[in-house]
Amino acid sequence: MTGRLLSYVTLTLVLAFLLGPFLIIVAAALSAGETLAFPPQGLSLKWVFKVFEIESFRNSFALSMFLAVFGTLAALILGVPVAYAASRYKLPFGETLRTIVSAPIIVPGIIVGLALLRYLVIPLDVGIGLALFIAHTALILPYAVRVVSASLENLRSDIEEAAVILGSSRAGAFFRVVLPNIRNGILAAFILGFVTSFNQVPVSLFLSGPGVRTLPIDMIWYMEITYDPSVAALAALLAFLSIAIVFLAERFLGFSRYV
Amino acid sequence: MSDLTYLSLKDVTLAYGKSVAVDRLNLDITRGELIALLGPSGCGKTTTMRAITGLMRPAAGRITLDGADITYLPANKRQVGLVFQSYALFPHLNVFENVAFGLRLKKLGGKALETKVDGGLDLVGLSHLADRKPAELSGGQQQRVALARSLVMDPKVLLLDEPLSNLDARLRLEMRTELQRVQRESGVTMVFVTHDQSEALALADRIVVMKDGYIEQLGTPEDVYDRPSTRFVADFVGFENIFPMENGKLKTADGEVPLSPGTPVDGTVKGLAWRPSKVALGTGPFSGIVKGSSFAGHAREYLLDSALGPIKAEQPVPHDAYDIGDRIAFDLAPDHAARLTRME
Repeated sequence: MTGRLLSYVTLTLVLAFLLGPFLIIVAAALSAGETLAFPPQGLSLKWVFKVFEIESFRNSFALSMFLAVFGTLAALILGVPVAYAASRYKLPFGETLRTIVSAPIIVPGIIVGLALLRYLVIPLDVGIGLALFIAHTALILPYAVRVVSASLENLRSDIEEAAVILGSSRAGAFFRVVLPNIRNGILAAFILGFVTSFNQVPVSLFLSGPGVRTLPIDMIWYMEITYDPSVAALAALLAFLSIAIVFLAERFLGFSRYV
Repeated sequence: MSDLTYLSLKDVTLAYGKSVAVDRLNLDITRGELIALLGPSGCGKTTTMRAITGLMRPAAGRITLDGADITYLPANKRQVGLVFQSYALFPHLNVFENVAFGLRLKKLGGKALETKVDGGLDLVGLSHLADRKPAELSGGQQQRVALARSLVMDPKVLLLDEPLSNLDARLRLEMRTELQRVQRESGVTMVFVTHDQSEALALADRIVVMKDGYIEQLGTPEDVYDRPSTRFVADFVGFENIFPMENGKLKTADGEVPLSPGTPVDGTVKGLAWRPSKVALGTGPFSGIVKGSSFAGHAREYLLDSALGPIKAEQPVPHDAYDIGDRIAFDLAPDHAARLTRME
């Protein structure tokens, strides 16, 4: 009996820990007051509307979207062949390759960001936007390789030989029978990469300049200057967006199979 | 190579890196024949099959098909079909599209495509499942789809990798008949790989018995089953009493033993072998002590200890004349023996 009670208490605490901040943010976003506070001072949607009027949010949202979409696409263009090669050929340094590809998630983001700033942006005079794109692509690459590898594992390699014998070229076999069968894995990798890129803070922190900031960095910057509930409103909107994406992905792809 | 030769392998050597899997193999196949490549795993039979499909390139030698040299022709241009052991159906396509795959690559479309695919599905009796995905089919049905997918391409040669090994006993028998029927109706030249001698005996017009990358024996099922020519083949098809010959005599642990009178044996014969069922018990010049006796359904098996070494004999049931410890006479008649020309 006490064991059971204990497990309920634990469960409740875990749920409170996971959902609490989210609920607080939503409540703060709906505040009618002028400063970020919890409990909210009255209820209103004005801060939610305010979010859309702040120009720096609009710009940084566009940049974050761009990075998340094109960074993920770039990571997939690089990652799918890597995953394919690792699964189909006995590469002499297969394990090493896997480790190198995973490096960006093993090395702390702060260090990645600092290194890119110090050795890419400053000496080579690479633009911040390009540096951000490279950084995000590198960060998403490990996820792309891993998720696509998982779906390739479940695909027999002899279907490619079957396609070749039926008259297809090797490359044609990849596009005709491999790609359609790992489509869901690629979509799952895209969603995971998108969310990872969109929420990325430590690397992007170093790679920001005048007018070039990703959305999370812009939110920090905004909060340092203006302490109003619009940041909470934006955070709540983003949280709902993420939830919607993951929900749809689970619904239509069985997302949890891949991650 | 005779005029009738359709598919020919000439001195074909196949290697994985430095390890040679098939060494200077020669094989001539006639149009419309059903050939079995038989042997234990690692004998080179699958490798030989891959070389015919073009999935593997020979290190040396020539392969010709229908008068053309195809040694270096890529797999997608060979007009050779292959039914994989795992069937290798495309999971994202339904049965119809699986069968249509190769035809679409040939730019066939519309009514012509439909007719061809329907014909293929009809041949294997799966027209009613055209809309299903491979995952919704049983193993036997998947294999039929794989068969239809290859057949609609009108291949010059159809290769089948262990076509019956993934099926249960009842389906195996059904598929065996099915394959024979399909071969009869389509007239396609078939080469199938198997490690199961009973499959090869039941299906093939000719059997190629392979071991360690060499052909041990090539012949009709009757040849292979009744007249194995090497120690390996004899052992493989159940000749359990095998003795080397020297100077027209059997060589045993106790020295040379003259044969019982019978058909003379010429000098090329290096050994003789008898099936247990061909060992005559009760009379004869040899004798042995019964060491074991066991019931094997259709027969009773005796294990004798004799001057020739251990002898395995079989008597049709009911049979319980001998007890363990009895000394009995037996005969190994040369006219019931397989003459082996290679003993290694």
